[in-house]
Amino acid sequence: MKKLSKILLLATTILLSSCKMAVLDPKGIIASSQKHLFIDAILLMLIVVIPVIILSFIFAWKYSAKNKDANYTPNWSHSTAIETVCWLVPCIIIAVLATMTWISSHKLDPYRPLDAKGKPVIIQAVALDWKWLFIYPNQHIATVNYVQIPTHTPIRFMITADAPMNSLEIPRLAGQIYAMPGMRTQLNLMADEAGSYTGFSANYSGNGFSGMNFTVKVGSEQQFNQWIGKVKRSKHRLSMHAYNLLARPSENDKVRYFSHSEDKLFRKVIEKYLKPSNTERHKS
Amino acid sequence: MLEKLIFGNLSLSSIPYDNPIIMDAGAFMALVAAIVIGSLFYFKKWTYLWKEWITSVDHKKIGIMYILLAFVMLLRGFTDAIMMRAQQAMAVGHSYGYLPPEHFNQIFTAHGVIMIFFMAMPFMFGLLNLAVPLQIGARDVAFPYLNSLSLWLTIAGAVLVNISLVVGKFAATGWLAYPPLSGLVYSPGVGVDYYIWALQISGVGSLLSGINFMVTIFKMRCPGMTLMKMPVFTWTALCAMILVALAFPILTATLGMLFLDRFFGMHFFTAGFGGNAMMYVNLIWAWGHPEVYILILPAFGIFSEVVATFCKKRLFGYTSMVWATVVITFLAFVVWLHHFFTMGAGANVNAFFGIATMIIAIPTGVKIFNWLFTMFRGKITFSVPMLWTMGFISTFAIGGMTGVLMSVPAVDFQLHNSVFLVAHFHNVIIGGVVFGYFAGLTYWFPKVFGFKLDEKYGKRAFWCWLIGFYVAFTPLYILGLKGMTRRLDHYSIASGFHPYLMVAAAGAAIIALGIAFQILQVLVSIKKRRAYRDLTGDPWGGRTLEWSISSPAPFYNFAITPEVDSIDAFWETKQRALKEGGTPKKPKYADIHMPRNTGTGFIIGIFSAAFGFAMTWHIMWLTAAGLIGVAAAIIARSFNMDTDYYVKAEEVEKIETAFANEKAQVSQPTETDDFDAGTLSEAT
Repeated sequence: MKKLSKILLLATTILLSSCKMAVLDPKGIIASSQKHLFIDAILLMLIVVIPVIILSFIFAWKYSAKNKDANYTPNWSHSTAIETVCWLVPCIIIAVLATMTWISSHKLDPYRPLDAKGKPVIIQAVALDWKWLFIYPNQHIATVNYVQIPTHTPIRFMITADAPMNSLEIPRLAGQIYAMPGMRTQLNLMADEAGSYTGFSANYSGNGFSGMNFTVKVGSEQQFNQWIGKVKRSKHRLSMHAYNLLARPSENDKVRYFSHSEDKLFRKVIEKYLKPSNTERHKS
Repeated sequence: MLEKLIFGNLSLSSIPYDNPIIMDAGAFMALVAAIVIGSLFYFKKWTYLWKEWITSVDHKKIGIMYILLAFVMLLRGFTDAIMMRAQQAMAVGHSYGYLPPEHFNQIFTAHGVIMIFFMAMPFMFGLLNLAVPLQIGARDVAFPYLNSLSLWLTIAGAVLVNISLVVGKFAATGWLAYPPLSGLVYSPGVGVDYYIWALQISGVGSLLSGINFMVTIFKMRCPGMTLMKMPVFTWTALCAMILVALAFPILTATLGMLFLDRFFGMHFFTAGFGGNAMMYVNLIWAWGHPEVYILILPAFGIFSEVVATFCKKRLFGYTSMVWATVVITFLAFVVWLHHFFTMGAGANVNAFFGIATMIIAIPTGVKIFNWLFTMFRGKITFSVPMLWTMGFISTFAIGGMTGVLMSVPAVDFQLHNSVFLVAHFHNVIIGGVVFGYFAGLTYWFPKVFGFKLDEKYGKRAFWCWLIGFYVAFTPLYILGLKGMTRRLDHYSIASGFHPYLMVAAAGAAIIALGIAFQILQVLVSIKKRRAYRDLTGDPWGGRTLEWSISSPAPFYNFAITPEVDSIDAFWETKQRALKEGGTPKKPKYADIHMPRNTGTGFIIGIFSAAFGFAMTWHIMWLTAAGLIGVAAAIIARSFNMDTDYYVKAEEVEKIETAFANEKAQVSQPTETDDFDAGTLSEAT
C-alpha cells in the first residue's frame, strides 16, 4: 500500500517537473498547447482519483472486521444524498473536460492553418518501406529521413504513404497524424526553438519499422536557406525512376539529399492508389 | 502437382527447423501432450475423459474447461510477454537483441491475440458458466449442447494459433491486423490466414455462447427473480452478452472481407480498385471497443459480488449499479473512433467521439463510488478475492484516468500508439479484467470443486501481480512521454529508453513469480483438499443463490427450484432462519429433467479446426472434408431424439440427504455463523 502511494507521488513529481521527456518538453506551439492540455486534464481528474484511492484505504482500514469498534450497518444500501453526489461530481468534471475537449479539438486540429504571420513552408512527407521521403515542392528538393525547418515559421506537412499505414510524429513539435496510401493528411506546426529533434513513425508497418526515424533540424531562416542551397548542390535527382528504386523496401536508411524532385511527385504517389493497378509491392 | 493437391501450400520447409526458440517451444508442447496422452493410457482414463468431460454439457464442467484453456493460453501469452520484455531490454544501440524483427513481430501479434481471444474471453465465458446458472437458480444454460459446441469451437481456434507456432508462421501485423499490412501484398504468407481462421472459428463460438447466455438469463431465472432482483454479476453478464451478440457479427464480417481480399483478390480493403483500408480500421474497432466492455463488465460484476460478500453488507446503490452497467453497454457502441483520432477525421468528429468516450467515465466512476460505499460501515475480511478487489480499485482509478486523458483528441495525438497507450490498456486490462477474473475464480472455486484455494499462496500471488504490474508498467507510462512508440524491436542509446525497459523487464519477472505462486496455490490446495473442504456450501457467507446448495454443486444444481423475493435472496433466507429458528421442513423432491451428454460439439470442433487449417494452407480436399464433417455432424445431431432424461426423485433425495448430513456435522452452533448472529443482534 505504501509502495503505491510512493509510486503515485513519484509519478506526479515527474509529470509536473518536465525532465527530458519529449511530450513534456515541447519546442513548438502545438506541442506546447498539447502539453498544457495534458497536465490540465490530469489535474482535473485527480480531483476524483486521489480521494477515491485515499477513501479506499481509509475504509479498508476503518471497517476491517478486526476493528470491533467500527460502526456496522449490514442493511444500509441507499442514500439519495450520497448517490446524487456520486453521479454529480463525475458529471461536473466530465462537463468541464468535455468543454476543454471541444475547444482544443478545434484549436489544435492538425489541419487548421496556424495563426501566424508568413507563408507556411510546405513539406510533403511520403512514408515508404521503411524510411521517410520529404519533398519540398516549392524548393523542388527532396530528402530521406531528414527535415530542416526555420523557427517561428508555420510548417505544413502533407502526408501520404506508398507502403502500409504509418504515422508521422515529432513529439517535441506536434502530435502525430496517420500516413495512408492513396490518401493525404495534413499536419500544421511551428517550432519556437532551434535544435535537433527526433521524428519517427508511430504506427507499426512491418520489419523495418523500428528504424523509421528521422531528424528534424530547426534553425534560423538563414540556416534554412543555406541548407536548401546545400541540398541543391547534391548530384542526386529524384526522377520517377529514382523514386521507384527508393521505394523498394530497405531498413535503417541514411540521410539522403535530392537536388531536384520529379514534378508533382507527391500527387502521383497518391494517384497510384486511385487507379485499379496497384496490387504489386515494390520489388526488392 | 499431386503434392500440391494433397498438401496445398504446406511443405516440410514450413517448419522452422533452424529456429531453436520455436523448435524448443514446439518440443515442449509435444512433451506436455505426450505426458497427458501417456498418463491417460496409463491410468485408463480415456472413457472417463470422454464421458465426464469431452461430451459433457454440464455448464460447470464446461466452465472448468474454459478456465483451463484460459490458463494454458495465459502461460503461452505470458511467455510471449516475457520474450518481448527481454528483447526490448536487450536491443539497444549496437545490440539487436536475440529476436529478428520478423520473429519479434509475430510475438507481439500472438501476445495480443492470445491474451484477448484465448485467455480473457475463455476465462470470462468460464466464469459465466460457473456462476450465472447457479445465481439465477437454473439447472443449466438454455442450450446445453450449444454451450459445449461454443467451448470446442473456441478450443479449435486456440489449437490453430498454437499450430502456427510450429507449422508455418503466425501473423506479424499487430493484433488487429490492419490492412494494407495484413493484405496479400504485404503479408503473403500463411500468418494472417491462421489469424483469420483462428478468430473466425472461435468468434462463432463466442457469438453462440453470447446468445446462449442471453436466452438463459432472460428465460431461465427462478420464480420471483425479476430483472431488478438479479445478482449484479448476472446483470453485467447479460449486458456483456448483449454486446457479444451485437459486436461479434461485425468481427466475423470484417475478417470475412479480409479473407475475400486475400483469397479471391477482392478489394474491400486494398487501396486500388476503390477499396478502403480505413474502412477495416473503423469496422474492426466497431467490434473492438465493445469487446473491451465485454471483458470488463463481468469483472465489474464479480467485484460487486465480492465487495458485498466480504463486507458482509448489502451492495450500495444496486439500482445505480444496474443503470451504470446499462449506460456503459449503450455507450460502448458510440466511441470506437477514439482508437484512431489520428486518421484525420476532422475536429467535429474527433470532439464528438472524444466527449462520448469521457462520458463513459461517469457511470464507471459511479460504480467505483458504490463499491467504496459498500465498504463504508461494513465488516471487511481481507480474503484473497477482496484483496484483488482492493488492488483493482486504486489501479483501475489510475488506468481510467489515463484512458480519459487519451480521449481528449489533442492529447491523443501525442500519446496514440506510444507505450503510454500500452501502459494504459494493460493498466485497465490487468488491473480490471485480470484481477477481477482471479477474484471470481477464487470466489467460486469452492462451489465447483468443493474445497477452497489456499489463502497464503493466493495472497503471495496477489502481491506479486500487484507490485509486478506497477514495476512493469509505470516505466512504460514514462517512456510514452519520452516519445517511445510501441512495437519497437530496437532503439538507439540516445533515446534514453534503456534503463526504463530494464525496470519493466524486472516487473514482468515479478508477475512471473505471481503466476508461479498461482500454480503452486492450485497444487497445494489439491494436496490439502480435505483440510480446505467446504461442507457448508457457503464458505464465504454468501448472499446469492449459488451458495444455497452444496459444494461442489450437484450436477442438477438445484434439487428444488428456488423462489426469491429480494436481491440478496440467500442472505435474507439465512437471516430469516436465524430469527425464526427451528428446522426447515423436509423438502419434497420431484424428478429432474436433464440434458444428455453429446459428443457433437467436440466433433464439430475437430472438423472446424481441420477446415481452418485447410483454408490456411489451401488444402482443398481437407477444406471440403471439414465443411462436410461439420454439416454431417449437425444433421446427425438433428436426428437424435434421445437428448434428455430424468433424474429420479429418489436419487435426488439420496444426494441431498448425504449433503445435509455432512452439513449437519459442521454447522453445529459451536464456531460458525458468529457474524450472522452478530448481524442479527445488531439489526434487532
